[in-house]
Amino acid sequence: MATAAATQTKNKSVLWDWLTTVDHKKLAVLYLIAGTLFFVKAGVMAVLIRIQLMTAENDLISGQVFNELITMHGTIMLFLAATPLLFGFMNFAIPLQIGARDVALPFINALGFWIFFFGGLLLSMSWFFGGGADAGWTAYVPLSTREFTGSGMDFYALGLQVSGFGTLISGINFIVTIINMRAPGMTMMRMPLFCWTGLIMSILIVVAFTPLAAGLALLMLDRLFMGQFFIPDYGGNAILWAHIFWIFGHPEVYILIMPAFGIISEVVPAFSRKRLFGYSAMVFAVILIAFLSFMVWVHHMFTIGIGPITNSVFALATMTIAVPTGIKIFNWLFTMWGGKITFNTAMLCASSFVPTFVLGGITGVMLSMAPVDYLYHDTYFVVAHFHYVIIGGIVFGLIAGLHYWYPKMFGHMLNETLGKITFWLLYIGFHLTFFIQHILGLIGMQRRIYTYMSGQGLETMNMVSTIGSFVMSAAIILLVVNIVYSAFTSERITVRDPWDARTLEWSTPTPIPEYNFAQIPQVRSLDPWFYEKVHGDGKMKPSEPLKDIHMPNGSILPFLMALGLFIWGFGMVMINMDVPTVVTGIVIAVGFIMTFGTMVLHSKEDHGYYIPLERVKKIEKEVG
Amino acid sequence: MADHVDVSQGLPAEPHRATLEGKNKFLAMWCFLTGETIMFATFFGTFLGLRHQTAGGPALADLVALPLVFFMTMLLLTSSLTSVLGILAMKKNNFKAMRNYFVITVLLGFGFIGCEIYEFYHYYHAGLGYTTSAFASSFYTLVGLHGFHVLFGLGWIITLLSRYWNAGVTLTNAHKFYAASLYWHFIDVIWVFIFTVVYLLAAGGA
Amino acid sequence: MAEELSKPFDKSAMTLQERAEHSKETRIQIISFAFMIGLTVLSFLAVGTEVLATGFVVPFILLLGVIQFFLQLFYFMHLKDKDHGWPNMLFSSGLVLSAPVVISLILLLGIVKW
Repeated sequence: MATAAATQTKNKSVLWDWLTTVDHKKLAVLYLIAGTLFFVKAGVMAVLIRIQLMTAENDLISGQVFNELITMHGTIMLFLAATPLLFGFMNFAIPLQIGARDVALPFINALGFWIFFFGGLLLSMSWFFGGGADAGWTAYVPLSTREFTGSGMDFYALGLQVSGFGTLISGINFIVTIINMRAPGMTMMRMPLFCWTGLIMSILIVVAFTPLAAGLALLMLDRLFMGQFFIPDYGGNAILWAHIFWIFGHPEVYILIMPAFGIISEVVPAFSRKRLFGYSAMVFAVILIAFLSFMVWVHHMFTIGIGPITNSVFALATMTIAVPTGIKIFNWLFTMWGGKITFNTAMLCASSFVPTFVLGGITGVMLSMAPVDYLYHDTYFVVAHFHYVIIGGIVFGLIAGLHYWYPKMFGHMLNETLGKITFWLLYIGFHLTFFIQHILGLIGMQRRIYTYMSGQGLETMNMVSTIGSFVMSAAIILLVVNIVYSAFTSERITVRDPWDARTLEWSTPTPIPEYNFAQIPQVRSLDPWFYEKVHGDGKMKPSEPLKDIHMPNGSILPFLMALGLFIWGFGMVMINMDVPTVVTGIVIAVGFIMTFGTMVLHSKEDHGYYIPLERVKKIEKEVG
Repeated sequence: MADHVDVSQGLPAEPHRATLEGKNKFLAMWCFLTGETIMFATFFGTFLGLRHQTAGGPALADLVALPLVFFMTMLLLTSSLTSVLGILAMKKNNFKAMRNYFVITVLLGFGFIGCEIYEFYHYYHAGLGYTTSAFASSFYTLVGLHGFHVLFGLGWIITLLSRYWNAGVTLTNAHKFYAASLYWHFIDVIWVFIFTVVYLLAAGGA
Repeated sequence: MAEELSKPFDKSAMTLQERAEHSKETRIQIISFAFMIGLTVLSFLAVGTEVLATGFVVPFILLLGVIQFFLQLFYFMHLKDKDHGWPNMLFSSGLVLSAPVVISLILLLGIVKW
């Protein structure tokens, strides 16, 4: 990215450049950094949780702190770690894979990042004002109402509201990018599967994060303005929250797993030296999963007792999801079948994803049977199930993607030896931690308890689980060490295509110029880069002559707008704090004016700038 | 981003979608409205689920004045028509007519907001506070959120009008006006359901 | 290029045929507005006059609301026009997914077990 930085930072300092950037490749890096920080934070919480549960009747952590830890662990991992890490890869890869110079709405892209980031900060501020959110990541009422919880839940409601809005507009941006910005010849059915899953994920974001916004608004109104939605005294209804939360909550897990599916579908063909088996079936399966994910939310609420017909309908719908997922699993297997497989770190993660995810899926089908769910519900069996899906699915997908795209993003490889050790530590540690939790759940250990009595047969298995979590932590630490180590020792990559891969992003020079493609390529087939290597002359055919390239200007407004929302959110939380109303009012007003003021400022026309032809030619000569 | 736009003959017939930027904003607006639909669906569901939970407080049937609601509906419906006519004028490069239509839209919008404030004030003094009952909370939240959308739309259109008061129709502001008018129609679409499901259902005794 | 983006035009590039279509479009919009007014008046009358039975009025006004909803979408918001395939797809999937949300919140909150 040296060249990219050189052309854009004409008169800007490094900090100003990163604060104002609208370049999708830089925003990808920002997403990855922010996501990693939140990931580490929530990971430390997970280790603390496991240490607390290592022995019976442990009193290292109080029940209150334990509640805060599990709530913040779940919330941060889902909203502020997994989502941005996936967004990072989507931001980087999707414009390159469809042959575009940038996303459709670069300003919105930057805005989405900063709003997400400040929303995450707002949620994290809770630690300094009386402790984190403590009603579980699902925030079930009445536990999360004003009666039982402190300002931690206010930060939860406002922080997620703000960061959710950032995620929503980023999702909209991806939809528009994929639909409108494809290169000539890149039809929908020639798009790499990562773009397809990105599109479906973004559509799910648009339709699932908005009910969440509604639910969080109700919670906020209930907590801050004495609304009567959830407490039965004046006719409120506690089930209402559970419905709204899971209407969002179930699609959310598919929002997260979709891009991971996409990454696996990129990595597996690349390192099996075969095209993806059953491409159109894969696309169909993704769409079907997305649709079904919206029709199954009640399976999280079987034990509420909504009624037999409802439970049966939703149980059936849930089981149906296994069909398209099975299609995907078999397609990955058939892609590998008979291929010339290279087992590097990325491929190890991608191939081990398949059996691990199947395990998570099978426990999912077990949980979908409403009558049996009464046994599993709220036990460690559920904890084991969703960690198999999330770690076995998303984290392995993320690490595969990291090793796969790292040379294109940063211009050098990650160390393979360290990478493989990371993978094996993670793989062993993960199964050690979570497999045994199935059994713990089946013999009756409940979720969300901060300690347990001795002599109930729980000690050994909990000890094993905790040891496993240490091994996993070692793997993550080793990954960070690898990133630092490789940055100093790895050779610079100068070739376009170090993996001999198939999709369009590998046709760009490394490092990628800020405009990605000097000439937008003409796409002639699925896996266009592979097609040109085999049937063409190993170069993409250009679809336009070399000419001046239009680029959007950077802007500080996204940062300021997001900061305004942060201040507004903080002011809203202050309503429940012990401060004078005037101060609260001023803070809210400042944030409000800042947000809308920057919106008005943004209405000023900005047509971007042009990189002149000579300069494009010069850069192309340097990198080519 | 205005590659390949032929401007030699004058304003293109579809000025809001002549440039790539315009096309992108157009689609983004529709994505946003899709999300808004589900958000409003959630609020409608909340209201419909809780609308009988008056907890001894007044119900909407005791308070509602249908003539006022009818008047508000007419205001909003007419403002929707004027913004359509504004966009049609924009396509013909008739900037003055477009500006006038949007000014009328804004005035009608303010009329609507005024009525709504009066209505809420009246309900509040008739004993229906925000915290009176689950019904009251969900009613004020649903209708109030719609009112907030109207306010936001007014702010949006006013910002555009003042920014481009004398600018004429350009390839840059055409899609901005178009997006604002889409948003304005969407507000009207939501109101169709509010007057049907909230007011008429209550007045009809269901 | 950038200057052209903020430059007003002295004329429209519409062809004669496009002009004819444009005035037809204007007529259609005004007619659909008249329809909407009619539907609104009808539903207010159905409720306000209190001559019809509740069991009939409720589905009737809901039906009128739905008709008006689609009139607004397809005419005022131009969903009927060409090149609206993606907006149609997005918005209709939004509607399809809204339906279970509203229905379940109406049916599944109360003490009646389904």
